[in-house]
Amino acid sequence: MSLERANAAAAEPLLRVEGLVKRFGAFRALDGLNFHLMPGEILGLVGPNGSGKTTCINVISGLYPPDGGTLVYAGREIGGLKSHRLVHLGINRTFQVPKPFLTLTVKENVEVAATYGGRNGATFDIAGLLASLELDSQAARPAAELNSVQQKMLDLARALATGPRLLCVDELAAGLNPAELDRVAERLKALARGGVALLVVEHLMGFIDQVTDRVIVLNAGREIFEGVLADAVKDRQVVEVFLGTENGG
Amino acid sequence: MPRALRHALLVLVPVVAAAALLPFLYSNQLLLFNFVVFLTLAQGVNVIYGFTGYLPFGYAGFFGTGAYGFSLAVIHLHMTPLPALAAGALAALLLGLLLTPLLRLSGAYFAIANLAASLAVFQIVSNPNLEDITKGPYGISLSGVFSPNLSYGTAVAFMALTLGLVVYLRNSRFGLSLQAIREDAISAGMAGINVVRGRVIAWLLSALIAGLIGGVFAWYVSVFYPETVFSPDFSIFAIVFALFGGIATITGPILGVVILYGIYNTIGISTPQYFQLIYGLLIVGLVLFLPNGLVSLFRRWGIDVP
Repeated sequence: MSLERANAAAAEPLLRVEGLVKRFGAFRALDGLNFHLMPGEILGLVGPNGSGKTTCINVISGLYPPDGGTLVYAGREIGGLKSHRLVHLGINRTFQVPKPFLTLTVKENVEVAATYGGRNGATFDIAGLLASLELDSQAARPAAELNSVQQKMLDLARALATGPRLLCVDELAAGLNPAELDRVAERLKALARGGVALLVVEHLMGFIDQVTDRVIVLNAGREIFEGVLADAVKDRQVVEVFLGTENGG
Repeated sequence: MPRALRHALLVLVPVVAAAALLPFLYSNQLLLFNFVVFLTLAQGVNVIYGFTGYLPFGYAGFFGTGAYGFSLAVIHLHMTPLPALAAGALAALLLGLLLTPLLRLSGAYFAIANLAASLAVFQIVSNPNLEDITKGPYGISLSGVFSPNLSYGTAVAFMALTLGLVVYLRNSRFGLSLQAIREDAISAGMAGINVVRGRVIAWLLSALIAGLIGGVFAWYVSVFYPETVFSPDFSIFAIVFALFGGIATITGPILGVVILYGIYNTIGISTPQYFQLIYGLLIVGLVLFLPNGLVSLFRRWGIDVP
């Protein structure tokens, strides 16, 4: 364990999720979920479709209020706060299907986030951020003209422009080619080295393996495994959830 | 030169100067007044629909409320016109506040609910049992304050203020945040924008604009009925003019009013059948080929339209 990791382990978690519940009618999308996230840590959130991964991010980012449990971020309860308040506290996310402001230019998309959500003041380097995500040549074009990968990068730029301390990344890797995957993985690791805590939801296990320090496996809104990915694939319950039992299922 | 200043010099100043000077060259002041009213209303629609995405199908409700707020302040409180205009604007703002829960709806649902709310206000105002207060369906007569020149000048001033507001929205970060909300409210929230606050401010600003110009309208015409000022024509015309020219721009609604209201006044009354034909064809053509309004044509050619 590196010195950096040891320090992080000794510190307080940035995010503590305890017994989190989110119901949609009778369906419990999150059914008493527990985990914590350290500053500078990259935590993978994996699980089959419908296991509650995106719902978890939606609750953390204020899209829905939780129906039970506690969400403690930087020492304060944040369950039920509105999205823009959470952004100001340093929480941000990307979307599985990016939702940029289509008629605004790429630069305006980032500008509006840096202005309203920015924790770095007016000094924020928009051009530098766009360049680092290879969007600089598109800066003056409306976001509607970008391809889907560029829209994903713009969504990430929008989140980064607010200077987050906790970044939830929802299936950013899907649809990227291997070279782009490597770049995005490097980018996320660099963020973590800078102290940002990342919660990464992803189906691509290679990507999860490349970027995460630790994973949580979700099934039916509850964690069934917590540890490193290499151990997760040996866990009987995890294998059952992903592949079914020997008796069929 | 900052973009806002350039826009003000290119668009606001010429339009306001034309509105202020034309009465000295052209004798039909009522027609010019109606142009000023529609230029203001179309920009009011622009603020809420163009920048924020809510289609105010009952926009006339604010116009009528402003007209009645003004008139009742003159009749019952014996106010002079300028304070009475403030009363009319306040009445429209209060109606706007009362209707803020409608902003939870979106798209056609909002448009229908807004139309229903505007009809409800009309029904209340024209209720014969309220004759002592609102004069019911029998209408308002304000001969005591009648002053066409002063009220015309005030209308031009309100139009100038409205244009100034749109120049600000077109060039400011606040205007950008409203457009972000229009494009995607969830992403706007994740950009740190207080979505509810932005929507409510835009909504109240558009209510205020309609209330102010509605009050001046009452002052200028000084004799009117509830169905005059609550007429759905005000909503529909203002929306069609704004859309025809191009929303979320400064010039779009102005072009829409000048062209469409110009055609209306040239042949709409003399030969209504040709007018309806031309109107219909223009609107169908626009919806099919230029859904973002006339100004989008210039944008296609790479010209940045204010």
